[in-house]
Amino acid sequence: MTVTMPGPLERLFEQVGRFFQMLGRVFAWTPRPPYDWRELFRQMVKVGVSSVPVVLLTTMFTGMVMALQTFTTLRRFNAESFVGSLVALSMVRELTSVLSGLIVAGRAGSAMGAELGTMRVTEQIDALEVMATDPVHYLVVPRVWASTIMLPLLVVMGNGVGIFGGYLVSVVLMGANPVSYVDRTFQFMDLNDLFSGLIKAAVFGLLLATIGCQQGFYTTGGAEGVGRSTTSAVVVASIAILISDFFLTKILF
Amino acid sequence: MSEPEPKIRIQDLHKSFGPKVVLDGVEIDVDPGEALVIIGGSGTGKSVLLKHIIGLLKPDSGTVIVDGTHVETLDNRRITEFRRKFGFSFQEGALFDSMTVWQNVAFPLQRLTKMSRSEIGDRVEECLAMVRLEGTGEKMPSELSGGMRRRVGFARAVAHQPEILLFDEPTTGLDPVTTALVDDVIIELKEHLKTTTVTITHDMESAFRIGDRIAMLHKGKIIASAAPEEFRRLEDPRVQQFIHGHAEGPLSEEALEKP
Repeated sequence: MTVTMPGPLERLFEQVGRFFQMLGRVFAWTPRPPYDWRELFRQMVKVGVSSVPVVLLTTMFTGMVMALQTFTTLRRFNAESFVGSLVALSMVRELTSVLSGLIVAGRAGSAMGAELGTMRVTEQIDALEVMATDPVHYLVVPRVWASTIMLPLLVVMGNGVGIFGGYLVSVVLMGANPVSYVDRTFQFMDLNDLFSGLIKAAVFGLLLATIGCQQGFYTTGGAEGVGRSTTSAVVVASIAILISDFFLTKILF
Repeated sequence: MSEPEPKIRIQDLHKSFGPKVVLDGVEIDVDPGEALVIIGGSGTGKSVLLKHIIGLLKPDSGTVIVDGTHVETLDNRRITEFRRKFGFSFQEGALFDSMTVWQNVAFPLQRLTKMSRSEIGDRVEECLAMVRLEGTGEKMPSELSGGMRRRVGFARAVAHQPEILLFDEPTTGLDPVTTALVDDVIIELKEHLKTTTVTITHDMESAFRIGDRIAMLHKGKIIASAAPEEFRRLEDPRVQQFIHGHAEGPLSEEALEKP
C-alpha cells in the first residue's frame, strides 16, 4: 500500500525543498565569475535606497508609540525613567529588524517575485539559459546579496530614527528630562544588542530575497501565475521572517 | 562509404506533462548543414521537441544526441558550455524587457564570444540591418510591435553565428514581405555558414522555401519526412490536408474525436 501525503503538507515540503535548492545554487554560483558588480549595485539601490523613506517612517512611529505606551505603563510603577532603556533595547534588538524585514519583503520581495515570474512566463529565463547564462547566477545572486547587504544598513538607520522618535515623545510630549533620558537610553545597551539586530536583519534579507526569487522562478500559468507568485513571495517571506526571528533570538542571546 | 554522423539525432523521445502525452516516440536525424523544417498543427508539441534539443526540457525516456553528446545527461555546468553552439529564437521573441534592443542583441556576443566592444557594436548593427530594424537599437522592447520583437529575437539568435540554429515559428504573424526576408536570412545562413537549422512553422510557403527536408509532427510522432518536392507528393491524407489547409479531412476528424 502506498501512503500519499495530504496536499498542503506535500506543497510545504516542495516549497521548503525548493528554497534550500535555490539557496544552494546561490551559494554555488556566487564565487564564480563573471562578477556583475553593476547589477549588484543596481539591486542595492532598488532594495535598499528606495526603501529608506518607508523604513524610516515606520521605525520613527514605532519608536514614538513604544515611548508613549511604556511611559503610561511604567508611570504606574514610578519607573518612567526606564523608558529610554526600554525603547532603545526593544528597537535595536528586535523591532527594527523585524519591521524592516517585513516592509522590504512587501516592497522588494514582491517585486522580485513579479519580475522573475514575468520573465519565466515570457520565456526570458529560457532565453538566458539558451544563451549559456545560468539564470540563478545572473538574476538571483545579485538580488539575494543586495538584499542581505542592504537590510542591516536600513536597520542601522531605523535604529537611530526609532530611538529619536522615542526621545521626542518622552522629552517633548511627556516632559522627561532630556539628559537623563539619553543617559538611560545607552546605559544598559552593549554592542551585542546592536550586532544581534544586524545579524537578524542580514538573515531576513537573505530569506526574503531568496524566497521572492524562488517564487518567481517557478512560476507557471501566465499572468495569473505571476499574481500568485507575487502574493506568495510576500506571504511566505513574512512567515519565514517571523518564525526565524524566534529561533534567531533563541540562539543569539 | 559510411553515412556522415548526424548533427542531431533524436531517438524514441517521450514526454508527458501530467496525463497529457505530448511526445510519443519521436525519431528523427538532422545532418550537418541541413535545414529541417518541422510542421504540425498547434499544440502538437513542436516547441516541446525543440526545447528538448537544447536541453531546456528533459525527456521522460528516449534520448537526444547532438555531436555525439547525450543532452539529457549533461549536468548544470556542462550544459551551459554545450549551449554555446546553439542559437534559439523564441516564439514571442523572449526579449529581456529591462534592456534596450541593442543590449538584447549584444547579450549573446558579450556572453558567448571574445569580441571587442567595437566588434560587438558592428555586429549588432549588422544583425539589426539584416532584419530591417536599423536605428531601433535605443528602443525598449515594450515600444516595439509583436512582429518587430520577433525579428529582434531572430537577430539575437543568429548574432553569435552558432553552429546550430533553432527557430520556433520565426515568421508567424509577420507580413509576407518580412516573412520572405526572414526566410532569405535563414537560407543565406545555411549556404554561407553551413549552419544546421531546425525551424518550426505552420507557414507552408516558408517551409517549402527554406527546407531541405520537411517533417510533419502529429500526435507526438513524426508521421512523414521528405524533401520538399517529394513531401508535396506524399499520399498520406493528413499531410495533404495540412499542406493545402483544408478544413475537412483526417486531421479535423481526429480533433473532433478528442473529449
